[in-house]
Amino acid sequence: MTVLTIKPTAEDHRIAYMAALAIVLMLMEAALPSPIPGVKPGLANIVTLLVLQQYGLRAAAWVTGLRVVAGSILLGSFLTPGFILSLSGALASLAVLAIARYLPQRYFGMVSLSGLAAFAHIAAQLGAVSVWLMPGVNVFYLSPVFALAAWVFGLSNGLIAAYLVESESNASSAA
Amino acid sequence: MLASSMALVGVLAIHFWLSPAGQKIMIKRGGEVFLTASLVRPFVVAVPGPLGVTQVEVSNHRARVMSDPSPRQLCVHQGWISHEGEAAICLPNQVSVEIIGAVRRYDSLNY
Repeated sequence: MTVLTIKPTAEDHRIAYMAALAIVLMLMEAALPSPIPGVKPGLANIVTLLVLQQYGLRAAAWVTGLRVVAGSILLGSFLTPGFILSLSGALASLAVLAIARYLPQRYFGMVSLSGLAAFAHIAAQLGAVSVWLMPGVNVFYLSPVFALAAWVFGLSNGLIAAYLVESESNASSAA
Repeated sequence: MLASSMALVGVLAIHFWLSPAGQKIMIKRGGEVFLTASLVRPFVVAVPGPLGVTQVEVSNHRARVMSDPSPRQLCVHQGWISHEGEAAICLPNQVSVEIIGAVRRYDSLNY
């Protein structure tokens, strides 16, 4: 019998660690009551932003993908409409982040990236709902509500991410 | 960035919530105009289609599809429509209900 061993690299460990963090945030958030169905802070996006900033797009895509799949398995929503919405939102925000990180950093910091990602997230979700889940229903009638939520949570998540990056760089420069 | 995205929220709200209320209803069957009527007086009209009868109700300056023989009932679940450009479409029965204003706005269906 041959024993197969997979040697995880340091990057694998890092991605697993960050994905676990994102999944925990996602699970915590699922337990919070929400005033409007579908409006969530999206705290796991903070992890995506940090990973993108520190380790680049490839790692961010892995962390997000693992978070969406493993998180939905833990929540019991794997392959349900909720999962598809989560996936489409996550893919759209990743795509926007992939482009937006080349914007001049002087003017587009963490808060801007977070905001852009949040808007891409709801745009993709509303698009998926109107094309696939509820064709014929004018779901965009609700878009101002979701856009406002994206604005608020994009801002707050961006501020948290900026604070974490700041404290991280302070800690490393002090050490 | 913050201001411009807030402006986007405002534009969406104005576009979707403050668009002028429509004045007339246009019911089409199989792509042809079946009935054009004012939203001022309430009425109920039965529109025969290939699957059966679609009932359209106008009341209180709003319109809705009251009943429809389609299997998924999408146009019935859409509920009341009152803004110019809004439409309820019962595709299986080939009936569509659209709110039109004094001036038809340009969109992807009407240009």
